[in-house]
Amino acid sequence: MFSYYLELAMRSLRRSPGLTLLMVLAIGFGVAASMITWSVFRAVSGDPIPGKSSQLYTVLVDNRGPQYNDEGEPPEALTYTDATALVAARKAAHQTLLFDVAPSVLPEGNQSIPFIADGYATNADFFGMFEVPFEYGGPWHASDDEGRAAVAVISHELNQQLFNGADSVGREITMDRHTYRVVGVTAHWDPQPRYYDVFSGNQFGDPVQLYLPFTRAVDVAMDTSGRNNCGSNVDFGTGRDAWLHGECVWVPVWVELADQAAATSYREFLTRYAAEQQRAGRFHWAPNVRLRDVNNWLDHMHVVPPESRISLMVALGFFVICLVNTIGLLLAKFMRRAAEIGVRRALGAPRREIYRQFLIEAATVGLVGGVLGLLLTALGMFGVGLLFEPEIARLAHLDFSLVAMTLLVAVVATVLAAFYPTWRAAKVQPAWQLKSN
Amino acid sequence: MTLHPMIAALRRHKAGVVLIALQIALTLAIVCNAVFIIGQRIERVHRPTGLDENNLFLVSQQWVGAPSGDDPGSVEKLDSMQQADLAALRGLPDVASVAPINSLPLLNSSWNGAVDLKPGDKGQGSFRGTRTTYYFSDEQALSTLGLRLVAGRNFTAADVGHQGFRDQGEPTQVILTKALGDKLFPKGDALGKVIFLNGATTPTTIIGLVERMQVPGTGSWTNAFVWNATLAPTRLDANFARYAIRAKPGRLDAAMRAVTPALYATNPLRVLDDDSVKSFADIRAEAYRADVGMAILMGVVCLILLAVTAAGIVGLTSFWVGQRHRQIGVRRALGARKIDILHYFQIENLVIASVGAVIGLMLAVGLNLLLMKSFEMDRLPAAYVLIGIVVVLALGQGAVFVPARRASNVPPVVATRAA
Repeated sequence: MFSYYLELAMRSLRRSPGLTLLMVLAIGFGVAASMITWSVFRAVSGDPIPGKSSQLYTVLVDNRGPQYNDEGEPPEALTYTDATALVAARKAAHQTLLFDVAPSVLPEGNQSIPFIADGYATNADFFGMFEVPFEYGGPWHASDDEGRAAVAVISHELNQQLFNGADSVGREITMDRHTYRVVGVTAHWDPQPRYYDVFSGNQFGDPVQLYLPFTRAVDVAMDTSGRNNCGSNVDFGTGRDAWLHGECVWVPVWVELADQAAATSYREFLTRYAAEQQRAGRFHWAPNVRLRDVNNWLDHMHVVPPESRISLMVALGFFVICLVNTIGLLLAKFMRRAAEIGVRRALGAPRREIYRQFLIEAATVGLVGGVLGLLLTALGMFGVGLLFEPEIARLAHLDFSLVAMTLLVAVVATVLAAFYPTWRAAKVQPAWQLKSN
Repeated sequence: MTLHPMIAALRRHKAGVVLIALQIALTLAIVCNAVFIIGQRIERVHRPTGLDENNLFLVSQQWVGAPSGDDPGSVEKLDSMQQADLAALRGLPDVASVAPINSLPLLNSSWNGAVDLKPGDKGQGSFRGTRTTYYFSDEQALSTLGLRLVAGRNFTAADVGHQGFRDQGEPTQVILTKALGDKLFPKGDALGKVIFLNGATTPTTIIGLVERMQVPGTGSWTNAFVWNATLAPTRLDANFARYAIRAKPGRLDAAMRAVTPALYATNPLRVLDDDSVKSFADIRAEAYRADVGMAILMGVVCLILLAVTAAGIVGLTSFWVGQRHRQIGVRRALGARKIDILHYFQIENLVIASVGAVIGLMLAVGLNLLLMKSFEMDRLPAAYVLIGIVVVLALGQGAVFVPARRASNVPPVVATRAA
């Protein structure tokens, strides 16, 4: 029966090509618009580290006080003083701190063309906490942090560029005229959004190219290439040292806490730390600290660009209108065949069969619309670069799940839209149709 | 013609009527808001920065293995490297003027702080301040950027100092934008007054006011101080430097090409890549890329939406015309003119579209409230909705015309034929 209904559907669709084309176009455009915006939205709003996002927390301490903080919220990163003190306290299972660096890198044995590589100065815990995969070697050790060692981890991409992808562990690279020994090469790793560095606005930045010990970077006075927020009431004095130990915030700190109990006790520790600073006369206000897990942090920082949300909403609204349109056109199409339905019913077809016939016809329209939608989506992927920042546009891509979803959404939506017209069609009274004809 | 028989007839096509009205309502709601978004984005993209943007470009470069800048000796060394670059750039034949600067409007890299009429108190709580962005440059900033001085004077070469990137030393003289000056001194007499920067205890004198200069940030977080800029006569010394360059009229491309070799000739130990030399037009395009994209998306969606809605009306009305073929024949046979039939369908559509427009009006306002709540949008002006209503009603009339024409061409003889 299925193939027969399919044949009937094809025949019916061919009979009024204009109407059919209209429906297919409406569904195609509707589903394509929704899918293009959805592909961007899912990329920017996804959980960057599923399974662990509720165990990683960023630590914030108010060093500005109620007069200057951001409506009661502490600044979005820590000072060097607080960051190093909290990491040294080792009160969490793992803790890391980081800042952006952009050293000039000279390829080994080549003194001619330096280039800038983006990376982070951090500590050994970083790699385990954020589940960085390694291609060769591994992270440096905690002793390298303490020993302020000149070691580095480079990314798969930088390894390609510098060493043609060979196992470069043990080899040396030159950054800002200092030599570093490579201890590890990461596999391609680019979590999106880059939750651990929202502070510097790098949530959708290009993949990180290198990592080196925080202590070493501070020793060689490597400056942060990320954000440095000194607030509006600072008087820290002159020279790098004054800045380093002043009240400017530029170091995001993350801790790993296994469960709620650990989080609670860490929060208590933080409050004690801030209270100590108050007693010491550094803070003139009651402790004001925050512990935010990954999703809470992304939410707080409004990481999903408003463009993405608005365009998704508009696209969905657009799709709804296309469906309303399809309901109307299907209604017109089905009711035009009242006589045919009457004959089928009079010859003994139960309502169920009428449902089946017309829903199959609708599904055919949906499928064709979906295929058109798929083509338009693929086309639209080229256009995404027009609409979003390049760093966000690069995240949108057509993968299997998107293809499957496009077709599924098109068919399911069309079948749902067809329910009302089909119900009307099934209600056709055979006697009335036979009489009036 | 009375509306009564028409309304009675519509009752027999409830589903179709509801669908058309709903479609018109949703279309109106989305199109109004989309066009409003387009309008706002276009307005944002076209606001002037206060700069003369033609023939202006920016060079961002980093030295390799430069001194760290954390002691006076290395700051001096960095400053002499910067001065050497400036001299080389100013000597180029196609260059009109050059100014070292930490950032430019729309560059999204900024140095922000606050200025106040009272000195700072080391964080004790009396300092409030007005937010501002800082541009650190020299006496050529005004001519290079094309800023218009409306009061006071420009910096002189003697005013210009230099400091390490991480040193905090407030300048003794600044030029403010008029917007910031008026905010601090509402009477408009900011010139010559004394202010305190970033909670400093040493005073700074306002020696000039420029008409307008935008902050580097383009995010919504800068909305509160987008025209508050402070120009300081200070070269910042770090292992990187930015130079704003004004090319001689019509010589932009030549000047941009000449910069890289000239800088390498001065000192080869530096990184200059494809991104390092950028025209202001490119900076502007990058900064507003998302806004322009949004406007294009909304425009495309609106057009397709109107087309889909029109097509839907054509489809359903055609169906009705087919269904009422015989009735139309009867009316014609009873003396109705072609124009009466045409008007019947046109008025029918007008009635349905008006109902849809009323619902759409409420939906449009509702959607706008939602957008205001979640996306910091402004209130939708009534004009947009009114124009939107006129557009959807016209769209309905346009779409209904073809099927209505066909209906009016039904010959009276149809009435005599068996159904």
